[in-house]
Amino acid sequence: MGNTDYDLVIIGAGPAGLAAALYAARARLSVLVLEKAAPGGQILVTDWIENYPGFPEGISGPDLMTHMLAQVNRFDVGIETGEVVSMALTDTVKRIDLSDRTITAKTVIVATGASPSKLGVPGENKYLGRGVSTCATCDAPFFRDSVVVAVGGGDTAVQESIFLTRFVKKVYLVHRRDQLRAVKVLQERAKENDKLEILWDSTVTEIKGGTEGVDAVTVKNVKTGETSDIPAEGCFIWVGTVPNTGFAVGHMEMDEQGFIITDENRRTNIPGVYAAGDVRNTPLRQVVTAVADGAIAANDAMHFIESM
Amino acid sequence: MAEGIQEVSDATFDAEVIQSDMPVLVDFWAPWCGPCKAIGPILETISKDFEGRLKIVKCNVDDNPSTPSNYGIRAIPTLILFKNGEKVEQIVGMVEKSKLEQTIKNNL
Repeated sequence: MGNTDYDLVIIGAGPAGLAAALYAARARLSVLVLEKAAPGGQILVTDWIENYPGFPEGISGPDLMTHMLAQVNRFDVGIETGEVVSMALTDTVKRIDLSDRTITAKTVIVATGASPSKLGVPGENKYLGRGVSTCATCDAPFFRDSVVVAVGGGDTAVQESIFLTRFVKKVYLVHRRDQLRAVKVLQERAKENDKLEILWDSTVTEIKGGTEGVDAVTVKNVKTGETSDIPAEGCFIWVGTVPNTGFAVGHMEMDEQGFIITDENRRTNIPGVYAAGDVRNTPLRQVVTAVADGAIAANDAMHFIESM
Repeated sequence: MAEGIQEVSDATFDAEVIQSDMPVLVDFWAPWCGPCKAIGPILETISKDFEGRLKIVKCNVDDNPSTPSNYGIRAIPTLILFKNGEKVEQIVGMVEKSKLEQTIKNNL
């Protein structure tokens, strides 16, 4: 077997990637973590995480990430900025090409996470950053005492809508069904919140605005077909996620939406290649499941290398 | 945030950005914003790589409400590249280092 630069290269420095790095480094594998933007992933835009055990009062997403990074940095792990341009993964020596260099490794964990889905309606791209947002913790203060529309019905949509009510005058949460998908505790908080009104059986069909940014959101009731414009300065969109797997298409098996298919050891169909966290075809996408995936994948990578 | 990156205010924005002979990349940020902190190290690296060709400054939107409002900013992080006092590029949200470098190169 040929020598490689690293035992393990982890692509993505969110919770899954950092947990994998921690486990691999403690197993004394040589590890490189590649991150195309900045370590953190989606939890950087999460205002409060109260379902990650060990923090009785909950913890902010950025604080949790700071802790995770500090913990990984106690061990010998390289975290570098780099974006994968191409890969050759099927041989024993895996090759990963970045824009400025090539890296080789015995094993690879894909932990690139997922990004917010778009609605795909007129005005959405045009007004991004000028009223359209997917990050309440970043942008809520720009909408003090305004009316905003939020879209979605899952945990993120409900939790972040509640967060928005600390700043705005009113949040209309537009949801296409007649009940929320979010966890019960969040549903209860949403119902108790006077500033939050849920528009059931409804979808957003257009985001309108002018030179100042968004000024109205068109909402359609899917049962009656009736549409109306809600005067609003903001439109926050939380309608699920799409996997960040564009770079990996054709390299490993994915489901119809592009999430990577793995077995119980987080192995993809390519020997020595794993997927962990939100990027994986998984029934639950949480910090706690992402870090578990990272640990399982790193553990199997260790055995894989030992058996080479 | 990023060390070595100068802070500009509503009061100094004109002198430091608009009147600058060199292109200026302005990072609109706030302490409450996670992705803003995360983007810091990328800007520091770029600041070194483009030394002498590009000036990078940051503007705290919490302390300086007028400047972001003048540019219609309602999301952070927002990066705006100014050339001869004119806005030539605007990037909203987290950005990959490679994409940011390319945007800068296209405008220098």
